[in-house]
Amino acid sequence: MIRFSPAAIIGIVALLLLPFAVRFFFAASEKYYLHLLIQILLWSFIYTGWSLMGRFGLTSLGHGAFTGIGAYTTVLLWNFAGLTPWLGIPVGVVLSVIVALLVGYPCFRLRITGHYFALMTLALTEFVRLCIVGLRDYTGGSLGTQPRRYGDGVSLYAMQFEPDRVLSYYVALALWAFGIWMWLKVDRSMDRYALDAANQDEDAAASVGIDVTREKLKITGLSAAMCALGGAIYGQYQMYIGPDTIAGLGVSLNIVFAVIAGGLWVPLGPTVGAVFTQLLSETLRVGMQGSATLRDWLGSAALALDTAVYGLLLVLFIIYMPKGILGTLMEWRGRRKRIADTAAVARTG
Amino acid sequence: MLALANIDAGYGGFQALFGVSMSVNAGEAVAVLGANGAGKTTLLRVISGLLPAMRGEMTMEGVSLRVIAPHRILETGIAHVPESRRLFPRLSVEANLKMGAFVPAARKRFAERLDYVYGLFPRLKERRHQLAGTMSGGEQQMCAIGRALMSGPKLVLLDEPSMGLAPVVVAQVFELVRRIRSEGYTVLIVEQNVAQVLKVADRAYLLEVGRIKASGSAAELLASDEVRRAYMGI
Repeated sequence: MIRFSPAAIIGIVALLLLPFAVRFFFAASEKYYLHLLIQILLWSFIYTGWSLMGRFGLTSLGHGAFTGIGAYTTVLLWNFAGLTPWLGIPVGVVLSVIVALLVGYPCFRLRITGHYFALMTLALTEFVRLCIVGLRDYTGGSLGTQPRRYGDGVSLYAMQFEPDRVLSYYVALALWAFGIWMWLKVDRSMDRYALDAANQDEDAAASVGIDVTREKLKITGLSAAMCALGGAIYGQYQMYIGPDTIAGLGVSLNIVFAVIAGGLWVPLGPTVGAVFTQLLSETLRVGMQGSATLRDWLGSAALALDTAVYGLLLVLFIIYMPKGILGTLMEWRGRRKRIADTAAVARTG
Repeated sequence: MLALANIDAGYGGFQALFGVSMSVNAGEAVAVLGANGAGKTTLLRVISGLLPAMRGEMTMEGVSLRVIAPHRILETGIAHVPESRRLFPRLSVEANLKMGAFVPAARKRFAERLDYVYGLFPRLKERRHQLAGTMSGGEQQMCAIGRALMSGPKLVLLDEPSMGLAPVVVAQVFELVRRIRSEGYTVLIVEQNVAQVLKVADRAYLLEVGRIKASGSAAELLASDEVRRAYMGI
């Protein structure tokens, strides 16, 4: 049972009321701001899914494959078989869990960890991307494809909710809350101890009776399932899926960057990472691509400048804040509190 | 209790053990002596399933160990204290002990076992919130042994408990071994520190480049010229 602190309750109420605040303050560009919030929540969910295994030293560059499998399976089943996403999404999730286990089992049995594991999963991402591009008659290749519209507005049957941004916001919020709940559940399980131990010393973990392979497969399966679900919902919201937006190396790398920037070991770390990276890239995009001075100065090269600055800032963050933004802030607070406590003890003692 | 017959084992193309046969009876403390590279650690890794044997048979109380996965070995009553302690350095002492009782059967008796281990090693209780990696070498060895005892094993495998410790601490570690011995655990200990370990052990095997060269009671080996010349510099 999860108990809520007063701060958490205020936070939850604030999140529930946020769309109305947006409507009140930014009535003119309500759709744009809601879109930003929905993006942040959907990516937060995917990032949280990745961090479930990332925090145990299982640095996967393959999660762009899982989001892709989830999104493409759902859309293709809908477009070509008329299968509702209510069934298509479970199929996509199961499929991506199967792929995760197929790749994970040999890796974990043969003790492929660290850089080698990252490379194995990188290959998986590329494999899925090549499949998508190769099957261009169905998937639209590198141009991507769209789920067939079902009627004009919102449809429960086709799980199409994008025309109603407020509804979309609540869908994304529910998904995000589910992700946080899952993170906390894993954090409080015995599996967490087992995985922590296996991350620190696999031999010692096996010698105290931990089935390291099984534990790793469990968390990998869960993580892949969450990313597939996130990818599928993302596709339903965007009403467009493409290898660049939801399946591929770019997605994999964004996931890893954002979680590391936000904080790997704290429940809201991936969320902070999503807020940070989404806002940063959006600000840079609007600020730099929209700037007339920069365009005069650099010509069309200015269009790529925001991505370059974005990359540079991420590198700096990872170097100077290895615990992530939220992790570092919490550490500062902890230190200040300790100093205050010591001072209080000194005064009274 | 534990019996090995003609065990061959190795890593890839490199064979480290050749036809090793040995036995440990209930209640005994048995030592395996040998220099670096003799195959001592390999032997313990084979027993605890971390390294599959190429050939030969091993049984624990009549149950074959050859087909059991490493994480199931504990259920047969064997607990392995690996070389250089192998604690989980970024977990607290108590969390390390908790991991020792990870298997479901032991998890049920966790509180009782924890009290027992703290009773045996009060120092661990004092340090229970400290990160295991920040303790001294001797304390870490104590924690590693405590972790192995958490599952309530019958046989404890100790892999060079004196490795990398100062001479004063080495004496303390052998004192720990004597203490778990007197608690009724059967002990199989692998060591280079021949003089010290033969004071604790009942019997010993001498392992040289993967083969058993000699065996006998601790007193016999202590008296043998071969051991004295090669390992004690006398």
